[in-house]
Amino acid sequence: MTTLETSGKGTVPAAGATAPAAGDALGQPVSKHPRRARLRLIGELALFLGPALALFLTFVVYPVISAARYSLYQWNGVEQFSDATFIGFENYARALFGGTDPATKDAFTTAYTEPFQAAFTHTIAILVLSILIQLPLGLLIALVLNRRFPGRASVRVIMFAPYVLSEVIAGTMWLIIFDPNGVATELMHAIGLNPPAGGWLEDQTWGFWTVFFIITWKYIGLAVILFLAGLSGVPQELQDAAAIDGASWWQTQWRVNIPLIGPTIRIWVFLSLIGSIQLFDMVWVLNQGGTTGQYSTIATYMMQIGFFRSDWGFGSAIAVIMFMLSFAVALFYMLVVLRRDNTDRVKKVKRA
Amino acid sequence: MTATDTAKPTTASAPRRPVAPPHRRFAQADKARDGSTWLSIGVALVGVALTLGPIIYLILGGFRTQQDLSTNPTGLPDPFMWSNYGDILANDVFWRQALNSLIVATVTTAGIVLLGTMAAYPLARYRFRGREGIFVVFTTGLMFPLTVAVLPLYLLLRDMGLSGLTGLIIPQIAFGLPMTIIILRPFLRALPMELEEAAFMDGVSRIGFFWRMLLPLARPGMVTVGVLAFIQSWNAYLLPLLLLTGDPRGMTLPLGITTFQGQYASATTLIMAYTSLAMIPALVFFLLMERRIVDGLTGAVKG
Repeated sequence: MTTLETSGKGTVPAAGATAPAAGDALGQPVSKHPRRARLRLIGELALFLGPALALFLTFVVYPVISAARYSLYQWNGVEQFSDATFIGFENYARALFGGTDPATKDAFTTAYTEPFQAAFTHTIAILVLSILIQLPLGLLIALVLNRRFPGRASVRVIMFAPYVLSEVIAGTMWLIIFDPNGVATELMHAIGLNPPAGGWLEDQTWGFWTVFFIITWKYIGLAVILFLAGLSGVPQELQDAAAIDGASWWQTQWRVNIPLIGPTIRIWVFLSLIGSIQLFDMVWVLNQGGTTGQYSTIATYMMQIGFFRSDWGFGSAIAVIMFMLSFAVALFYMLVVLRRDNTDRVKKVKRA
Repeated sequence: MTATDTAKPTTASAPRRPVAPPHRRFAQADKARDGSTWLSIGVALVGVALTLGPIIYLILGGFRTQQDLSTNPTGLPDPFMWSNYGDILANDVFWRQALNSLIVATVTTAGIVLLGTMAAYPLARYRFRGREGIFVVFTTGLMFPLTVAVLPLYLLLRDMGLSGLTGLIIPQIAFGLPMTIIILRPFLRALPMELEEAAFMDGVSRIGFFWRMLLPLARPGMVTVGVLAFIQSWNAYLLPLLLLTGDPRGMTLPLGITTFQGQYASATTLIMAYTSLAMIPALVFFLLMERRIVDGLTGAVKG
C-alpha cells in the first residue's frame, strides 16, 4: 500500500494519451506530474475535509475529552482550572456509593448518591417504558394507518406534528394543561375521577407518569412515521397472498408485516434507547425535573449540579457516566442486534 | 369451507394454498375492507384528537382573558379577545427573537450543508489512506451528544470569547456535521463514477468538478439534510440556555418562551398566545416539508 493509493501508477502519464486504466485510476484527474498530483491531492483533501474536521475536533471531541478530565477534579468552574484539586475517581465514587472517605460518607450519600440514583432510576424507567409502551402503540397506529381510508395522508401528517414541534413549545403547552387548576384537572372531575392529590407534576408518583405521557405524545410520531415508511416497502403481493390463504388481518400483520419491518423496528429501538438516556430539553422545561426531582433525568441532574451548584467536577463525572451508558447500549445493540440485519443483507447479496 | 377457515394460522409461505373462486375472494376482501376501514378511521380520529386537541386548546387559550381561563378552563374563549396576540405582535421582543431564530437556523443550516457536503465528497469519492479512519471519527460524533459535552463546551466558548449568536452557530454546525456526513456519503457515492472520468478527461479539476457537477447533482440530498438541520437548530434549547443569557432581545424563540413564562408567570393566557405564535410558522413550514423530513429520517436510519 502506498500512502496515497491515488498517486503513482494510478495517474495517467500524459493527458489524453491513454484512457484511465480501470481500478486505481478511477476518478482521478489527468495529470502530467505524479508528484505534483499527489501534493495537489493532499491540498484538496485539506480544503474539503479541513474545515469540517477542525470544527468537529474543536467543538465536539475536545469538550468531550475535557469532560473526562474535569471529572477527576474537585472544581467549582469559577476559579482557574489549574487551582482545582485532583481527587481521582472520587466524583464517580460519590455518585455511586457516597465516596471513599468514611467521615463524609453519610453526608455525601444524601447529597450526591441519592439524587443521582433517583435520576438514574427515572432515566432507566423511561428507557424501559418507552420500549414496552411506545413500541406496541406506535406499531398499532402504524399498522392501522397503513390501510387505505379517506384522509389517510392528512392523518399521517397530523400525527407527525408533535415530533417537529420544539420541546419547549410542547413542554410549555403541557405545563399549562397539567396545571393543578387547569383543564386536565377539570376534565378528570367532569368524568368523575380524582386528579392526583399533589398536582399532576408535583405528585411523587404521578409526576413521573405525567412526564412519561408527555414524552409519549411528543415522540410517538417518529415511531409511527418510521414504521409506516418500513411498511410501504412490504410488497402488496405478500399481503394479498396471505389474504387469499385466509389469514385474518391480525395474522397478516403478525406474520407478514411485522417480521418484514423488523430492521426498522430495531433501528427505532436503538434511537429510542439513546434518546431516553440523553433526555433533557422536555424534562427541563417541565420544572427542571420537578421541585423535589421526582422525575429528574441524568441530564437534568447534571445541569443542576454543573450550573446551579457550580460543582463542575461532579457534573462532568455524571456526563461521563451518561456517555458510558449510551456507549454501552450502542455498542451492545450494534454488535448483538443490528449485526443480524447487516449479515442478513450480506447473505442475500451472496445468494443473489 | 377450507378457504374461509381463518381459525388456523396460515402464513404467506404456506405450501398448501387453497384457491377460492374469484367472486368469493373479492367478496371477502370487500367485507374485510369495510370493517377495517371503520376501525382505521376510528383509530385515526382518536389519534388526531389527542394530537391536535392540546395544540388547539393552546391557540384558543391565547384568545382568553386570564379570569375566563381560571373560572372555566374547559370552555371556549368568552369573551373572545385579540389583545394577547396583539400585544405580543406589537412588541419588538417577539419579532427580535423570531429573527434571531431565523438567522441562527439559516446560518447553521448553510454551514452544516456546505461543510458537510465538502467533507462527504472526498470521504465518498476519493481513495486515500485514512479515509475510513476519518469517517469513523465523524461517526463517533453520534455517540457524543451535546448533553455530554455541554459543560466543557460552555467553558471553551467563554475562553475563546465566542458569545451571542455566533457562539451558538459555530458549535451547532460542529454537532450537526456527523449526521450530515453519514447521510450524504452513501448519497454521493451512488452518483456514477463515469461523471468524474468524463469531467477529468475534459481537463476539469476536482474542485471544478465539485462546484460545477457534484453540488447541483447532490441537491436533493442536501435539501434533506438541510431540513433536518434547520429543525434541529430552530428547536434547540440547551445551548441557547447557557449562551444567550440576559437581554430577551438577544434570545432565540425557544429560550424566549421559557423566559417570557418566567416573567409573566401569572398571565397564563398571554403565555399561551406567545407559545402559539412561536409554534405556528414553524409548524406550517415543517408540515409542508413533511416528505423531506421523513426521507431524511428514514435515510438516516438506513444509512
